[in-house]
Amino acid sequence: MNDPGLFLHRPITRRGALLAGLATALTPLLTSCAGFSTSGSTAASGSVGFLSTQFTPVEEKQRYQAVLAEFVDAPVAYNPVAPGVFASTIQTQATAGKIRTSLLGGLHGELAPLADSLDDVDGLLQDVAGKGFPPAILELTKLGGTTSKYVPWMQATYVVAVHKKALKWLPADVDVNNLSYDGFLAWGKAAKKGAGRPVFGMPAGPKGLHHRFYQGYLLPSFTGGQMTTFRNADAVDAWSYMKELWEVMVPASTNFDAMQEPLARGEVLVAWDHVARLIGAPADNPEDWLMVPAPEGPKGRGYMLIVAGLALPTGGRERDLAEQTIRELSDTRTQIETLRANGFFPVVQTELPTDLTGAISLEADAVRQQQRSKSALLALPPVGLGAKEGEVSEIFKNCFAEICLGDSPIQATLDRQATQLNTILKELDVPCWAPDPVSSGTKCEVA
Amino acid sequence: MAVESVLSAPALAVSVRPRRIPPAVWLIGPSIVFMAFLLGWPVVQGVLQAFRNEEGFTLEFVARMADDPYFWPAVRNTFLLIAVMIPLQFAFAIAMALLLRANPRFHKAHFFIWAIPLALSDLAAGLVWLAIFNDRGYLNSALSLVGLEGASWLAYDNQTALFVCVLIAEVWRSTSLVLVIVVSGLQGIPRDYDEAAQVFGAGFWQRLRHVTLPLLKPSLQVALILRTILAFQTFAVAQALTGQNFPLVVGETYRWYTGLQNPNVAAALALIILGASLVTSIFYLRALREKGQGN
Amino acid sequence: MMNPTSRVHPPVDTRPLAMRRRGRAYLQVAVLGISLFMLLPIYLISLAALSTRESLNRFPLSLLPTDVSFETLAAFLGSTGIVGAFGNSIIVGVGTLALSALFGIPAGYALARFAFAGKEPYQLFLLFTRALPIVVLSVPLAHLFLVAGIYDTTTGVILLHAALALPTTILISASVFLSVPRDVEEAARIFGCSPAGAFLKVVMPMALPGLAAASIFTFVMSWNEVLGASILTLDHRTLPAQVLTSLSDSPLAYRFAGGFALVVPSIIFIAFMRRFLTNMWGSTIR
Repeated sequence: MNDPGLFLHRPITRRGALLAGLATALTPLLTSCAGFSTSGSTAASGSVGFLSTQFTPVEEKQRYQAVLAEFVDAPVAYNPVAPGVFASTIQTQATAGKIRTSLLGGLHGELAPLADSLDDVDGLLQDVAGKGFPPAILELTKLGGTTSKYVPWMQATYVVAVHKKALKWLPADVDVNNLSYDGFLAWGKAAKKGAGRPVFGMPAGPKGLHHRFYQGYLLPSFTGGQMTTFRNADAVDAWSYMKELWEVMVPASTNFDAMQEPLARGEVLVAWDHVARLIGAPADNPEDWLMVPAPEGPKGRGYMLIVAGLALPTGGRERDLAEQTIRELSDTRTQIETLRANGFFPVVQTELPTDLTGAISLEADAVRQQQRSKSALLALPPVGLGAKEGEVSEIFKNCFAEICLGDSPIQATLDRQATQLNTILKELDVPCWAPDPVSSGTKCEVA
Repeated sequence: MAVESVLSAPALAVSVRPRRIPPAVWLIGPSIVFMAFLLGWPVVQGVLQAFRNEEGFTLEFVARMADDPYFWPAVRNTFLLIAVMIPLQFAFAIAMALLLRANPRFHKAHFFIWAIPLALSDLAAGLVWLAIFNDRGYLNSALSLVGLEGASWLAYDNQTALFVCVLIAEVWRSTSLVLVIVVSGLQGIPRDYDEAAQVFGAGFWQRLRHVTLPLLKPSLQVALILRTILAFQTFAVAQALTGQNFPLVVGETYRWYTGLQNPNVAAALALIILGASLVTSIFYLRALREKGQGN
Repeated sequence: MMNPTSRVHPPVDTRPLAMRRRGRAYLQVAVLGISLFMLLPIYLISLAALSTRESLNRFPLSLLPTDVSFETLAAFLGSTGIVGAFGNSIIVGVGTLALSALFGIPAGYALARFAFAGKEPYQLFLLFTRALPIVVLSVPLAHLFLVAGIYDTTTGVILLHAALALPTTILISASVFLSVPRDVEEAARIFGCSPAGAFLKVVMPMALPGLAAASIFTFVMSWNEVLGASILTLDHRTLPAQVLTSLSDSPLAYRFAGGFALVVPSIIFIAFMRRFLTNMWGSTIR
């Protein structure tokens, strides 16, 4: 029992121990070269380190890297990361004073908390002024300050995707291309009765964007505002409507972060979501799908813009190459190619090509109709919230959870959440933004 | 004893030598230095975040944490899950190890299969169990093939079903850790003791309680400590299956840190996990102490 | 009749034998049942990773491999940086094993063999570092690594993973060294071995199962660790850091392909190491 030989096929010999020691000694040598590069280019000098939060799915990343290779001269190391990692990476590098990136790309709400670590880009904006950025977006780029902190990169919005199977339950007096909220609800009820189960859905999961629906679509359409009208009588109407709408939605929506999978699976037939998270559903069979503008309410057809921007980190590497890259990305052809590849719309003034096919063309039609509709009511993403962006979104999500899932009385819930919202807004001391009346100098707060 | 005198002879020969540093220090020293250098400052910074803002010491983050509507459900869920899952897993793992010890056919292949879930990251495990329990997942598909109506196993309003689904998925994923430790511990138990007990007429449960389990104490202690600490920290499976319908304290930590961009409240939540882990570890260390190994 | 001198044997009581056979049968069934339970999700993940995308959208889902296709797996493996990330993960895994063994095994031996003041505080110190969710350490840790110049290198990730793996290694090896009898070690020393020699030739072989277990945990933990690796690297990522962000927003089929590709190397490592875990099964002495 005490003979080691019985236990091993090969006892630990001196040679074995020597080899193990050698491997241990070699490892530092191997690792001193920092490892293999994983961003597609050496990310050494002469290349642009592009850290971004967009195009994280594998296929989108590959397609965008092809766009970059075609339209940008300098080699670009494109690195899409999760928003949390984006924020901590930039903050840590800024605090330590060692910036490893050249170019940052993110949504407005993701760049806003980092405004202090970004360089002014007014000069750059002058260079590309001829491209025709919309003035509303140019206001956003100031991030609540006096100078612009990012150059608009691309834009998107949220629409409603409809599988043609759901059309058979469409009530006779409802036009699917010109929905009203009441018509939408009536359709949902008819569909639930006809199919025997709810077929409408919403991205109400933890990473879902349903808070943008309340902020930019539901509340503006019913109340005409976003923050100032948070708890008035119209808002109560809006939330009681939402409660009824939730009854005709698939309950598993609380687990959906993006709608393209449930749509493709047939679990949901009609859904509202970010265009990029809807585009996968009609990819294989676009003839079976429709994309339509969001519904219209008593105060108009509220819709929200998603703006992505390119920013320069203070102290970033390869500044000249990064600026050149920004100019090239603002070029009309690059912007149109981005639309073709990944479904994000140009921010420059240009006619959309007429030869779009498949899902992209469905999406382009819906977006155009939504923006050009007579009663369109633009809601901007919150301006100047900085790091509190997440908490403000959370307030809207909590309203949904308490009112629709938890059956709390509406006015009481809205009052409670309004107190929290006001605490945050008072701390921030910023003017309101569209669709609330904008007047610089007055603080935004819930009435 | 002759052995001891041989070993202590060199020390006696040089009697005026000042007290030497015990050899234990050389052996554990490097690990302490390494950990302290690497994690010391980050841990201090991380912990201080919970109590420090621009003005100085404050309890506002702790208050904020306690006010959040998801906080108390998260605490309740975490402790419920741990209290039910750990005993279940250990009973399961010990049973599996004893089954293997009884030498069934192909026991090597079976052991390998039972250790495979170790290789899976918790994200992948969450993914596959979601695909099983989903409304249109494998479980409902299998049921419909047999002609039965599928159910909505992950419905947000059915907390019991959510709990059971998370429990099953977690037991599947993490029992291998305990199994491997228990098996490697069983290797060190001579069969003679068990056979001697059998000869003296002890039944199966008596042998288990009085012979096997006591000899397994070191392994069980390690397995309990490690498994409990890891259990407090994993939420990827629960999040994949339930979203935010079954909140856990560590999930809330991640949500406050990454989603709400508030590292201070996140640090306060992390301290709760730290506290709970340390308390349970101290309990295991004391309760399962080997004779002669204590302080 | 054929053998007139044959004696009549007393009736043989076959009940104990039958009971033993039944016991063995139940044993086989139980073991098989557990294996099926453990194997089922692995089978499903392989099935889904190797299916066409359309087949994953159908209901009811097919439980048999009827639509085999390598397209998602091929697309996943061909995306930028996967090969490099794979290499980085291997470097980090091996490095973590070496470093944690170097610091951990002696410490485990000390915990098992020596009684010194501060044993419990030492164990709590180890657990303390492991018990804090690493997410709150993100910013200070990255700051430390940036200032020290090891940010975005595999060396940095090795250091972090070794620190995460040390508690496991130390505690498991301690529990295993505890079960190795002291007499054997002392006997070796009496017969002329140096303390280190006694350790290598006598104690280590007997402690091998536990050390193998610890090495499996270390490698698998390092292979699957995603948060620390994402924070500490930018352009030289490990496989999970590179892949899991892009996967979480990708279609279901890609997520399965990614999960499957991630799990295969770990399974291979376990297959390699399990010989050391069960090398004693053959001998009937234990």
